[in-house]
Amino acid sequence: MIKAEQKPLEEVLAFLEPYKKILLVGCNACVAVCHAGGEKEVGILSSALRMVRKKSGQKLEILEDCSTRQCEPEFVDDLREKAENVEAVLSIACGIGVQTVAKRFPDIPVYPGVNTTFMGETDELGVWVERCQACGNCVLHMTGGLCPVARCAKQLLNGPCGGSQGGNCEIKRDVPCVWQQIYDRLTAIGQLDRMEQFVPAKKWGRESRDSGPRTIVREDLRV
Amino acid sequence: MVSFNPSIVAFCCDKSGYVAADMAGGLGMSLPEGLDCIRIPCAGRIDAFHILQALEKGADGVLIFACHEENCQSLTGNLMAKARMGYVYGIMEKIGLERERLELCNLATNNGAKFAETVRRKCDDLKRLGPSPLK
Repeated sequence: MIKAEQKPLEEVLAFLEPYKKILLVGCNACVAVCHAGGEKEVGILSSALRMVRKKSGQKLEILEDCSTRQCEPEFVDDLREKAENVEAVLSIACGIGVQTVAKRFPDIPVYPGVNTTFMGETDELGVWVERCQACGNCVLHMTGGLCPVARCAKQLLNGPCGGSQGGNCEIKRDVPCVWQQIYDRLTAIGQLDRMEQFVPAKKWGRESRDSGPRTIVREDLRV
Repeated sequence: MVSFNPSIVAFCCDKSGYVAADMAGGLGMSLPEGLDCIRIPCAGRIDAFHILQALEKGADGVLIFACHEENCQSLTGNLMAKARMGYVYGIMEKIGLERERLELCNLATNNGAKFAETVRRKCDDLKRLGPSPLK
């Protein structure tokens, strides 16, 4: 899922400085799971913002809402009545949600309340780690289910670099070398021969976003 | 010392703090006038949102009464409350609220006296600190 972190309160307050009435909207999908932008975080941030503004003598009225999924236009449309009654929208969804809101309400300023950080898994409660970079051409079948694009500092596709030491990465000493992990995993599942298969260089320009935003079109789903 | 009666919201764990509060009340111990006890199933139920709501609505201070560490009936509820308080302290600092306005107290069911002493001491601390700037 997409992971995000709340922006510093000072930064958000600076965005909202000119406004007296805003809509603070979260998203109950990915950012709720990482405790950055769900319904609960809407309440916490809203309360904190109101208190700072009240303390400085500049009251801020905040309407609150939380989309089921803010990356879907249908759910964002549900915000229309509230959005049309405020001076600005503060979204604590991921960057996709913020853009969906901005697209849906072209006349209303929209500000991000979180920094969208990466796509990752929950390692343990309160700890999330990056696991996918959406490179556009998955190689996990070759690597025992461990992604060298997201987890190797150098994004190497055909084995470790010379800096893999004692099973750890030379860039960050406390991070395991994913190629060591791939080797161990392939050994454990009896697929070590996959290490001998050459993975060609990625077509970064066509498969990843290096040539601009990518689009997926499914004609069978279009009406 | 400022002359006012501080309003104190005390979130009391049902397995320790609330029973202690009940004992303090039952034994007629002196308790501050502005004390408002809220019974919660476990200190781990407390979220940053609840603490901020209490402060926003004008509480001069917030107390959380939880079981002693390693003696939580829900195993780690008291530790969760402690961790969340750390998060709230960060927010309070940014808002400009003194951290003395929030405190965690670990006690047992039979600590009625400790409950009463803690709320009275907090009341005195808050009188010295002055009313919440959010009132």
